Amino acid sequence: MIIKCPYCGPRDVIEFIYQGDATRKRPEPASTDQAAWNAYVYDRTNTGGSHREFWLHGGGCRQHLVVTRDMSSHAISSVALARDVAASINDGGRA
Amino acid sequence: MAERQSPLGAFFVPGDHGNAAAGVGVTLRERKNLSIVQVTAWIDTIPAVLTAIGSATGLVLQNKPGLGRVAGEKSVFGFAPGRYFVVGATPDLELRLRSAISSDLGTMIDLTHGRTVIRIGGPGSEWVLSKLFAIDFSEHAFPIAYGRATLHHDIHANIQRIDDETFDIYVFRTFARSFWQTLGHAAAEVGYRVE
Ligand SMILES: [Zn+2]
Repeated sequence: MIIKCPYCGPRDVIEFIYQGDATRKRPEPASTDQAAWNAYVYDRTNTGGSHREFWLHGGGCRQHLVVTRDMSSHAISSVALARDVAASINDGGRA
Repeated sequence: MAERQSPLGAFFVPGDHGNAAAGVGVTLRERKNLSIVQVTAWIDTIPAVLTAIGSATGLVLQNKPGLGRVAGEKSVFGFAPGRYFVVGATPDLELRLRSAISSDLGTMIDLTHGRTVIRIGGPGSEWVLSKLFAIDFSEHAFPIAYGRATLHHDIHANIQRIDDETFDIYVFRTFARSFWQTLGHAAAEVGYRVE
């Protein structure tokens, strides 16, 4: 599998570290809603198709990436720097 | 002043090695007495940091992935968003950068004692490096003066292209001897000269 890093260009998956589901939403830090925290920590939908996930380009620019990958075919439809995705969310946009 | 010891030690053997029939496919040497400083800009200060690097070194960069410049012993290249290696042969490099880059603009760390720089040159350099790193070394994909950050068997390396057939490889000093031996094995096929 090859991931096209927005900074480094196409690199072999050996340079990347999987960092989990990027669709989870962390509850407010002060929240005491146990069910919400339980869902955040443990529940995964395990979809068969397109999925958003975090990857770290540890063997290159060391940036966190948001990758949209088809979990059946491994086809990657988009890669963005996580900090750009976060900035667009903070600006009120949708990632 | 005490002279810095090379980590290559007894494994640095000047002369010709490997396949003598092939001639000298690549030349290997260690670049010594350099200052190596990593500069990191904040997310909104990249253009200002590039200007400051330019005023401290005379090497002006545009904000473009991997872009670099080389002038004699001096060089600079990007290897991540807002992150740059700045290299020179003068011991005051870090001081000059510190006076140009305040903490409002970014941060810097002196890597001089943490990296070993190996220069590989010659017609076989793209071929030999392609055995070790899974990136494209052809000149259209990796132009002159550009930098790359990549891995060799899980060991991080920064690479800058110096000219059409010359590259500088920055490896961790503690891995430099092992990397040097591996590089020699990879170069044996084309014949190599250590100088
Ligand atoms: Zn990258």
